Amino acid sequence: MNIIYMLLAISVIVALVFFVAFIFSVKEGQYDDTYTPSIRMLFEDELIKEKAPEQEKPQNEHTNNQHQKLK
Amino acid sequence: MDKCYHCGDNCSNTAITHLDKVFCCNGCKTVFDILQENDLSYYYNLDESPGTSPSLNEAKFNFLENEAIVERLLEFNEQDTQVVSFIIPSIHCSSCIWVLENLSKIDASVKNTQVNFPEKSIRITYNSEQLSLKNLVVLLCRIGYEPSISLDDFEKKEKKVDRSLIYKLGVAGFAFGNIMFLSFPEYFEVNEFWLEKFKYIFRWLMFAFSLPVVFYSGRDYFISAYKGLRSKILNIDVPIAIGISVLFIRSTAEIIFDLGTGFFDSLAGLIFFLLLGRFFQQKTYAFLSFERDYKSYFPIAVTRIFQDPEKSTSEEQAQIYDLKTGDRILIRNSELIPVDSILIKGSALIDYSFVTGEAEPVAKRSGDKLFAGGKQQAGIIELEVIKPVEQSYLTQLWSNEIFSKTKQSNFQSLTDRISKKFTIGILSIAFIATLFWMIADPSKALNVFTAVLIVACPCAIALAAPFTLGNLLRIFGRHKLYIKDTSVIEQMSHIDTVVFDKTGTLTSNTKNLISYEGITLTEQEITLLTSTLRASNHPLSRSLYKMLQENDIETLDEFEEEIGKGISGTINQDSIRIGSFDFVESSNPTEDKLATKENYKRTEVHISSNNTYKGCYIFYNQYRNGIQEIFDRLKQHAEIIILSGDNDGEKRHLEELLPKDTQLLFNQKPKDKLEYIKQLQKLGRKVMMVGDGLNDSGALAQSNVGIVISENINVFSPACDGILDASRFKDLYDFVKLSRKGVSVIKWSFLFSLFYNIIGLLFAITGNLAPVVAAILMPLSSISIVIFTTVATNILGRKLMIKKAKT
Repeated sequence: MNIIYMLLAISVIVALVFFVAFIFSVKEGQYDDTYTPSIRMLFEDELIKEKAPEQEKPQNEHTNNQHQKLK
Repeated sequence: MDKCYHCGDNCSNTAITHLDKVFCCNGCKTVFDILQENDLSYYYNLDESPGTSPSLNEAKFNFLENEAIVERLLEFNEQDTQVVSFIIPSIHCSSCIWVLENLSKIDASVKNTQVNFPEKSIRITYNSEQLSLKNLVVLLCRIGYEPSISLDDFEKKEKKVDRSLIYKLGVAGFAFGNIMFLSFPEYFEVNEFWLEKFKYIFRWLMFAFSLPVVFYSGRDYFISAYKGLRSKILNIDVPIAIGISVLFIRSTAEIIFDLGTGFFDSLAGLIFFLLLGRFFQQKTYAFLSFERDYKSYFPIAVTRIFQDPEKSTSEEQAQIYDLKTGDRILIRNSELIPVDSILIKGSALIDYSFVTGEAEPVAKRSGDKLFAGGKQQAGIIELEVIKPVEQSYLTQLWSNEIFSKTKQSNFQSLTDRISKKFTIGILSIAFIATLFWMIADPSKALNVFTAVLIVACPCAIALAAPFTLGNLLRIFGRHKLYIKDTSVIEQMSHIDTVVFDKTGTLTSNTKNLISYEGITLTEQEITLLTSTLRASNHPLSRSLYKMLQENDIETLDEFEEEIGKGISGTINQDSIRIGSFDFVESSNPTEDKLATKENYKRTEVHISSNNTYKGCYIFYNQYRNGIQEIFDRLKQHAEIIILSGDNDGEKRHLEELLPKDTQLLFNQKPKDKLEYIKQLQKLGRKVMMVGDGLNDSGALAQSNVGIVISENINVFSPACDGILDASRFKDLYDFVKLSRKGVSVIKWSFLFSLFYNIIGLLFAITGNLAPVVAAILMPLSSISIVIFTTVATNILGRKLMIKKAKT
């Protein structure tokens, strides 16, 4: 029956491991924002490709175009 | 009427149809195009009309060209990796998160973006060699997500999040659970062989688990009790601290001398529940700040002009803190004047409504002194700085001692008041019971003494207020009254005087109720009037034009604007003069003066056509909906006072709205308001201040409860105890009433927990308090109090909601 000492030790150690994990996760800031990740995980790569070839356009030209439109 | 596909606003006659979709303006259409071109049109599938109209004022962010400022704003800056965080007030739905986190699809030099939705903030990693910070901000503006960057961001503050309560709660919960398991066997099995053998190890393990609970998690209660005793106050933490120490000492003594199992589980449970109450009490609105001062209203930088000896001028973006007396600065339309200065060049039309409460923009001429905080409403002006920002008229207000004091220090909560009587009562019961047992059976005396102190530990009383008020705080939040902390609700229930600001609080900021007095204008005159108004940028012209814009418009042959006086326009042979009485009348001085001097405080726009005086348009403040109702209901419970920074032009109008004998005070400077509230408090009044602008901030800080009314809770509001969404203004009285009901819920729970205490005391006094009884009684009383308060406040809150649905 002395095995119970070992079982006790193991159970306490396992409990402590989870406890330490909890403390670390709090410290890392995992609980600071509990809302955004729940939304983020639902996003996939939802890009709607309509004009695939035009995609290659250099980025700067893009923004220039927009600039003119705004004016 | 069609709704804009991008922003969901009603499209008026300016609707643009593009790719089968309707847009309210070019800005919205452009955002749609940008997203479409970058394969991001899924944005519109996530939420309906999720967008915000982009602002097109990109010059506003010119200061981001200044390297020193960029350096201060960046969180991380090394070679080709830069990290920056912004607050973006327009983040409001999952579409926003999606499109912002896909920002790299629009511009490849953005490496990574992460949105924090509750804080409405975004953290962007980008490459500054390919994309400057200014262009990054401009990119965000173009898709309708303009970051707010103010002087406040400039002072790098290490944001220290205090997580110690979560750690303490974690430790207590962890130990509580483990101690429960270890204590269970002895409750159910007595004299069982194996248990007899192992119970010692179980007991010492429980002892070990309880150590961090008492000395780490429960530390605050000892500190608070000590502080209370030192200042001769018996606060609620005194009996709690006594209870904790007696529990710990007696339990330890029991296991040392093998008298029993001790009360370790009750001990850990007690501290765990108490901390849970504290945790629940803390409800923070991450996206709101209750501590803001002028810094979050001011920009980081302005344009400074250098005049070289060779007569060439150069501009640069200068930090506000670097401005020195004598510097020349340039302020564009709708920019804020950050320092006290003198107008050198240009015509100024300054809107001080937020700073002083004056509803009308003020016209200034060169040589006039301009105070910091005003907003320029006309073209570009050039100013000379006369005082650095820290010494300006507006910022001086913040040196008042009221801003450095914490408000709640002298407020005694209901719990504190009851705990005094409670502690004295418990201690006397403990001593009397001990005295009795000393005579009857001295061996039991110590047992009874400790048992009384254990069982009377006011766990349930200490939980009543946090859970009631914490839940009310959430209910208020759901109804768009965002309260700083729970003590504010308790303060609110004591209010007997309500002080209102006028401009921006009782009225909306713009005057848009317009009536005409005088000779009726012919159709032709109206056309001329409308066409002339269209050319002017003056706020009054614009609101008058808005009313008249249905009329025909013709091209003007001539148009002239005299800043601060009026405008004139000519078509063919007809001419019209619009503006102040003197301006309109100067063309024909012999005409009988129609306007009497008495009316000068009203906001009027006079019209004369072909040099004949016609009449005037009178502008009234638009009062918020339901204002009369709220006054009528409030006056039964509290005195109403109006403190306005504006002139008394609206006095008569206000007197009609208000209940009789209401005090109305006009031309109140920020300092006057503060002093006035102080005087009221000296008379023993509990004052609630309802305001909106920087001019109220002193009064808001001085009052017992300072509430800010805000049209848009994301934009700046001064430091306060609570922020109320303007749409819920008419429910102000309901909130006060609910806070009063909340306090009576607390009183009921006190009675409730007293009942538990009496049961416990019966066990204790008779010397029969077994650990298992304590282990059942303590959590039971705590949990039932939690349930009672939560259910009661939810029912009260629902009543508020049902009424809302009816109206």
